[in-house]
Amino acid sequence: MNTFFVSLLPVLLGLVLAPLLLGVIHRTKAVFAGRHGSPLLQAYSDLAKLLRKGAVYSRTTTWVFRAAPVIGLASVVSVMVLLPITGNSAPLSFVGDLIVFIYVLGLMRFFTVVAALDTGSSFEGMGASREVHFSALAEPAIVVGLVALASATGFLSLSGIFSAMSPTTWVVAGPALALVLAALFIVFLAENSRIPIDDPNTHLELTMIHEVMILDYSGPDLALVLYAAALKLWVLGALIVNVALSPLGLNGIRGVGLFVAGMLVLAVIVGCVESMMARSSFLKVPRLLVTAIALSGIAFMLIVRFTA
Amino acid sequence: MTLLQDTLLVALILTSFGMLVSGRLGAYIRMGALQGVMIGLLPLVVGRATPTLHVVFVAAAMIGLKGLVFPYLLFRALRESDTKREMNPFVGHVPSVFFGILALLGSFWMDARLGFPIHSSAALVIPVAFTTIMIGLFLIVTRRTALSQVIGFLVLENGIYAFGLAIVYEVPILLELGVLMDVFVAVFVMGIAIYHINREFDHIDIDRLNTLRG
Repeated sequence: MNTFFVSLLPVLLGLVLAPLLLGVIHRTKAVFAGRHGSPLLQAYSDLAKLLRKGAVYSRTTTWVFRAAPVIGLASVVSVMVLLPITGNSAPLSFVGDLIVFIYVLGLMRFFTVVAALDTGSSFEGMGASREVHFSALAEPAIVVGLVALASATGFLSLSGIFSAMSPTTWVVAGPALALVLAALFIVFLAENSRIPIDDPNTHLELTMIHEVMILDYSGPDLALVLYAAALKLWVLGALIVNVALSPLGLNGIRGVGLFVAGMLVLAVIVGCVESMMARSSFLKVPRLLVTAIALSGIAFMLIVRFTA
Repeated sequence: MTLLQDTLLVALILTSFGMLVSGRLGAYIRMGALQGVMIGLLPLVVGRATPTLHVVFVAAAMIGLKGLVFPYLLFRALRESDTKREMNPFVGHVPSVFFGILALLGSFWMDARLGFPIHSSAALVIPVAFTTIMIGLFLIVTRRTALSQVIGFLVLENGIYAFGLAIVYEVPILLELGVLMDVFVAVFVMGIAIYHINREFDHIDIDRLNTLRG
C-alpha cells in the first residue's frame, strides 16, 4: 500500500498543486503592478464555484463539444503518469514514452480545437485556426528538444532520460542542454497561452487564442477545461524543471522538495516575463516559435556531433 | 577550457541566428558588436592553455574595433538615415532561420567530410566558422538596406577569421593588424557611402537604387 502510494506521488502532487501555480503567477504579476492581488488559492475557489453550477449548451453543438473537456482532462492526467519528478521515476515508463507524451497532449489540443469548431461560432473558429498554426510550429521544437535529450543520455523514456542525467552531463553537453532548456521554455509559454504568445487575461475575441476556444463552456465543463489547462501548465513546467534540476542527483523526499521549489520558481519567472513583456503581434509569434525550433535543432546537432 | 570554448562558440552561432530572426537595424548592430567581442575572445580560449602577449594584444585590438568603434560608426549612420527596420527582406525572417539551420547542418557535414588537420579540442570551431560565413553571405544577398549589408560583411569576416584561427593558430602580428586595418577602412568607407546614399536618395534601400530619381 505504502509503495503504491509512493509510486503515484508524482501524479498526486500534480493533481493537488497545479492550480497553485496559477495563484503564484497572479501574485507575482500583482506585486509587479503594485496591487495586493487575489489570494494564492483563488484558482481552487474558482473551480469549486464552477463545479456547483449548471451547464448551458448551445443547440448547434453535438456530442463532440460535451466530450472534449473530459477527453482533455483524461489525456493530460494520463500524460502525468509518464512524467518523473526529480530523482523519483514515473509510475509508468516504457521505451519511446516521450513520443506518447507529446502526442497524447496533441490529442487534447485536437479535441479542444474540434469542440471550438463544433460551436459554429466564427470567433472560436478563428481561435482554433491560430491554435493549430502556432502549435504546428511549437511541436517540432519540443520533439527535437526531447530527441536531443534522448541522444545525450542514451535513453528513450522520460524516466530513463532524467535518471541518467548527472553533473557530468552538464559538463559534457552544457551549452546544448541550456539551448534545450530555452527552447522548452518558449514552447511552455506558447502551449499554455501565456504572454508573449497569448494573453490569458484578455477577453477581447480578436486577440486571444485559448480563451476564445472555450467561450461556450460553462459550469462543470468550464471547470474541467480550466483544471486541464492548469495540469498542462504543470506537466510542461515539470519537463523544464526536470531538465534543470535532475543533474543534481537528489532523490526521495529531498528530490520532491527540490522539484516543488523549482516549480514555484518557474511560476515566479513566468510572472516576471508576463509583467515585463508585451504580447507580441500575431505576425511575430511564428518568429519566436521558429527561434525555439532553431535552438533545439542546434542543440541536437551539437549533441549528435560531439557526444554520440 | 573546452566547456568555456563550446559556450562561446554556441553563443556565436546564436548571435548569427539573432540577426536572421530580428528585423531591427539597431538589433543588428548590437548583435554584430556582441559577435565581434566574442570573436575577439576566441583566440584566448581556443588551442593552448596560456596565450602569448601577441595573442592578447590582437584580441584587445579586435574587441576594441569590433565591439566599440564599428557599432559607433554604424549607429551614427543609422541615426542619420531615417530607417529603423529591415522592411520586407527578399527572404522572410522565418525561412531565414530555416536556412540558418540548414547551413549549420551543412557545415557539420562538410567538416566531417573534409577532415581538417586540426587539434580535436578545436573541433567545433570549423563548423561554426562555416556557418558564420554562410549566414554572413546570406544576409548580404537577402537584406534590402545598405546597413544590413555592412553587417553581413562583418559577419562574413568574423567567420573567415574564426576559420583561420582553427587552421593556423599563430598568424604574424603584422598580417593580423593589416587585416583589421582593411576591415576598419571598409566599414568606415561604407558608413560614408550609406550617408551619401541617404542624402541623395532619402532612403538606404539598395533595391530601389537602380531606378532613376524623378
